[in-house]
Formats: sequence, C-alpha cells, structure tokens
Amino acid sequence: MDIHEYQAKELLSEFGVTVPRGGLAYSPAQAVYRAKGIDSEHFLVKAQIHSGARSAAGGIITCSGEEEIRKAADELMGKCLVTRQTGPKGQVVHRIYVEEQVTVVKEYYVGFVLDRQMERVVVVASADGGMNIEDRYKEQPESLIRIVVEPAVGMQTFQARWIAFKLGIDKSLLTQTVTTLLGCYRAFRDLDATLIEINPLAVTDDDHLVALDAKMSFDDSALFRRERIANLRDNTQEDPLSRKASDRGLNYVRLEGDIGCIVNGAGLAMATLDLIDIAGGKPANFLDIGVGAQPDVVNKAVNTMLSDENVKVILVNIFAGSNRCDWVAEGLIKAIQKFNIKIPVIIRLAGTNAKTGKKILKDSEVPVILADTMREAAELAVKHVPK
Amino acid sequence: MSILVDKSNKVIVQGMLGEKGTFHTKRIIEYGTNVVGGVIPEKGGSEYLDLPIFDTVRDAVEKTDADTSIIFVSSPFAGDAMMEAADAGIKLCVCITGRIPAQDMIRVKRYVRSFPEADRMQLIGPGSAGIMSPGKALVGVMPAYLYKEGNVGIIARAGTLGFEAAYQLNKAGIGVSTSLGIGSEAITGTNFVELLEWFNKDEDTKAIVMIGEIGGLQEVDAARYCKEHMKKPVMCYIAGLAAPKGKRMGHAGAIITAYGESAAEKIEVLKECGVKVVPDPSSFAECVKEVL
Repeated sequence: MDIHEYQAKELLSEFGVTVPRGGLAYSPAQAVYRAKGIDSEHFLVKAQIHSGARSAAGGIITCSGEEEIRKAADELMGKCLVTRQTGPKGQVVHRIYVEEQVTVVKEYYVGFVLDRQMERVVVVASADGGMNIEDRYKEQPESLIRIVVEPAVGMQTFQARWIAFKLGIDKSLLTQTVTTLLGCYRAFRDLDATLIEINPLAVTDDDHLVALDAKMSFDDSALFRRERIANLRDNTQEDPLSRKASDRGLNYVRLEGDIGCIVNGAGLAMATLDLIDIAGGKPANFLDIGVGAQPDVVNKAVNTMLSDENVKVILVNIFAGSNRCDWVAEGLIKAIQKFNIKIPVIIRLAGTNAKTGKKILKDSEVPVILADTMREAAELAVKHVPK
Repeated sequence: MSILVDKSNKVIVQGMLGEKGTFHTKRIIEYGTNVVGGVIPEKGGSEYLDLPIFDTVRDAVEKTDADTSIIFVSSPFAGDAMMEAADAGIKLCVCITGRIPAQDMIRVKRYVRSFPEADRMQLIGPGSAGIMSPGKALVGVMPAYLYKEGNVGIIARAGTLGFEAAYQLNKAGIGVSTSLGIGSEAITGTNFVELLEWFNKDEDTKAIVMIGEIGGLQEVDAARYCKEHMKKPVMCYIAGLAAPKGKRMGHAGAIITAYGESAAEKIEVLKECGVKVVPDPSSFAECVKEVL
C-alpha cells in the first residue's frame, strides 16, 4: 500500500526525521490559510498523488505571497496529473500540501528497501541523486553506498555513520544524519514498510538535514497489525473497480484490453493472460476468485466484471482443486440469468467434478461457449471480441 | 523414490481447527499419509479427527516422534508457528498459509538458519500448495486424483499452475515422482535451486517441470544451476509474459520491480542456460513427451 508524501513526512518526523514545515489543504482558501501559519517567504504547493516525478509533470509549483499560492492551488486541485509513473490515465489531485521552501546547499538520495534475494532490509544511499536507482541497484551496485541490516540486531549506529562518511556529509551534521537514518530504519521496521525513499535528503543553508520529499510503501500482508497505516489509505488514488472487488474479497487487476477473465489462483490468472496474448487478444482485467471459491463468490465476480465497461467478452478459466466445478457452473448460470448477460461468455472447467459442471452448463438454457483446454478458451475469447 | 516426503514421514498438523485446516487434514489422512497428531494451543490432551492433540510442537515431537509439520495457522500467527516447528526439531515444515508479513519471514528465515546445518529445518512455503509424492504421501493441498505415480518432478511457485501441469501430464499418461509448491511470497523458504538439487539426486525422477513467474530472481539462479549441474532435462514455464511492469499480479511476490524480474528476461536467461522453455501453459505434456 502506498501513502502520500505529507503522510510519510508526518510519520517519519515522529521517528526523528526533520521535514520542512507544511500543511495539508483541500481547497485554495485552505492552502492560503495553511501558508499563513508558516513563517516563510517562499512556498511550494505540491500535488498529493501516489506517484513520484510530480515536478516534471507540473505538480509542484513554487510561490511567494497569498495570491500565487491561491492560484497554484486552484490550478492543481482537481487536475489530472500524468507523470512517468502514473501511466497515460494519470491521477487526479484531491489534496495539496503547502510547504515552506528551504534553501538547499546539497542533495542526497537515501532509500530503505526489502531485498528479496538477501532477505534483509538494505539501505541504499547516493550522493548523485536518485535517478534510475532501481537499475543502478541491480546493474552497478558498486556505484551506490549500500549497507545490509542484520535482522536480529537491527541497524547500528556505526552503519549510519558509515553512510554519512561515504556520502561526504559535513562532519558537523553527523549526529543529524545518524538520527535521520536510524529513525527511518525504526519506522521501516515498526510500521512494516516495504520501501522508504527520501529523495532528496537535503542540507540547507542553515545547516539542517531535511527530507524534502518522502515516499513510503507498506506490506499489504501486515496491515492487519498496522491499523494506523491502513487508515491512511486514500481510495481516490485507487482504481474504483479494484476497490469494489477487494471490498468483496476478490483480487482484481485492471489491464488495458477488452477480455475480462475470471480465474481461480493468481498463477492460473497470469497463465490465462499469457494465452490471450499469444492468441492475439488483450485482457481487460483479471479477477481471481481464490482457490476455494463457492457459488456466491462466482456471483460477486460476474457482478464486478460487468461494472467494467471495457469488457466485451468474459473468459472463465477454473481449475478446481479445493472447490468444485459443479458449484462454479451453478454460480455462473445464476449470475448470467440474474444480470441478463448479453456478451459472449467462454468457459473452461477442469479438475474436481468438471464433467458434472460442464453437463450442468450444457443442459441449462444459458448461452455459454464451452472450451476443453486453456488454449482453446483463450482462442475462442479472442475470436468473439466484436471487431 | 521421491523427494522429501514418502510413507516414512511422521506428520503433525499445526492449525487444523479452521475450515481449511480441517478439510485438508481429512484429505491428507484419506490419502494414507502417516499423520500422527495435531498442535492446537490450549487443546492439548484432547482429540480431533481421531488424532491426539498437543499444546506445543515440542510435546507432539516428544510423544509421537514427528519429523514433519504442515501449517494451516492463519497468517498473523504463521511465522510464530514456523519458528516453533524449527525449535522443536521438526525436519521438514510445509507452510500452506500465505500472505505472511515480509518482516515476519525475515525473522523466520534468520531463526531457521541459526540452527547448525545438520539440525536445520527444511521450510517449504509460505503460501505453498505443499508436497505430494503420488502413491506415497500427501503433505499439501493438491487434489490427489490429478496425480499419477511416475518419473516427472514438478516445482511450481503458483499452486494452481502446478495442478494444471499435473492434470495435463496425467491426461497424456505421464506420472509424477514428487510435486512441490514453493509459494509466491516475496520471501520463501526453499527455492528452485535447492529442489533441483534434490531432484538431481533422485533416481526415479527423469525430468523436471519448473513453473516460475514474474518477480524476484530465483528462476535466474535456477537457470544457472541447470547449466552447471543438472543431469536431467528441465522444462520451464514462466507465467506473466503479458504482465505490465510495476503491477502486482495477485501474488505478494508477483511484481516486476527491477531488472531481470520480468518473464521475458527470465526466459532469455533460461534459454541461454539450455533450459527448455515451455512456450505456453497448455503445452506441459507435449514438452515432457519430447524428452522422456
């Protein structure tokens, strides 16, 4: 789960990280009001969306004075920002953050990541900014300053000092650097984060080490014990259909094409998408109904699928292990009748009670197209997409 | 022969009271697996599904000589369950539960590694479909009827794709020596390379089907292992060729975040290392037939 910059800054400041003074606003008037509470001449009005690279997309505006702040806020509120991370559809700005502008002397990049290969938290730092940091991490790790945290003892002070010296941060700022880095590590550990990025971490003209931007992502599997983090979720930044599906206990991934896929198991779902791709089609989404799906789940899945207007064909690919194909068949027939589905529905059933399931579908009045293999199902789905 | 599980394993179940635990424990017993007991804290001394129940894994091991554990404990508590198994001297632990916090898994793996190698627990999962050696034992959630006894090993990250492969092989008259699910979490216990090593040594396994997916780099390590050490044909399918970068494809671990984690990049490395690539998930049987 991702959160906004202002939320990350609020969390990190509780762990001892210094951030510029700022305030959140939902309207231009509120932005002006927030700025009045901060003793500064220059401000940044920053769009709060779940994406980096906002500056290049015009999402961060430098202002001085009430009128400029009002204008900047007015321009950003409700605007759809397209950054190189959002995809072509962009993200709509519903919140803005007004922040004092500090004078920067030098900038650094600091990131905390969960390294899957090492099974450790790794701290990465660089004195030449955070551009293409992922690629550099994999391809030229020697170009980055990198320490590995031993999980049994956590990050140590000497490790934070080592990063500070390697970055070449002025020795008068050593204590601040150590406090900042250890604070980030504690936040990472205590809040079940999967990523913390401070880009840039800046030295100001008045000798402070300040996080000018902050990004935090959290482990979805740990949200059950991080209620505060779970409450930071901003639904407006998520695809409404994904939200609808997840509220119903379904796992939905939206894609760009026109074939809607109802599948059990994420692996089978990815395989189904691959077969559609090979057959020359484009999936609109996939909806994973889970391994042990019962009839009512099928009903919910079809309902969710129908709310996606891009779906022109529905492909159902079920491999029943813990569940049963006859249940799935019954659920499908009910759903198709209830929602009076007119678009083609291609169904492949395999595994437990597959024969019974297919017979139920054949004997019903419901017009569905049955396929024997995954490949056949994908080919039929592509064939039935209206030209 | 087979790898990791056969008739000799003495199995305990951790967390069998829930719906899923009960359902699968019954299936496992029906299959003929030697299940010797269950662990349910505070219910020690009672019986469930005709099995003796213990409060702790240590008690269970002491009384039953259990060497294998299968875990259905819910995700907030599964990390603790794995560590308890390791502490009690369980040799093989299969964690079916998925969606376990990554930091819990870091701790679990750190803890398991703190034991000397000779006593170290082999962990399969979390988020695993388990292990099945057809005709011998089921320590997992596989639909048993899909699997014929035979000579092909299956290692899959995604449970359902492992079932799909076994089903296709079965229809073509091909059987399986052992099938394992290694789970699709960001951090998992045993990886492809370790299991390939086991299969390499297993006389009855003639070929291996490996099913990977986007995310992480363990398929790349497996490809290099195959090139240098593997004496048997390995066929590999990587799910997620059509998956866009940066989008989590349903599994905690199925996300392309960095160089080398996409299906196309993995397939390239596999080919370079001489691993036969299964072009699509409908052709497992055809590919295996070519090498057997």
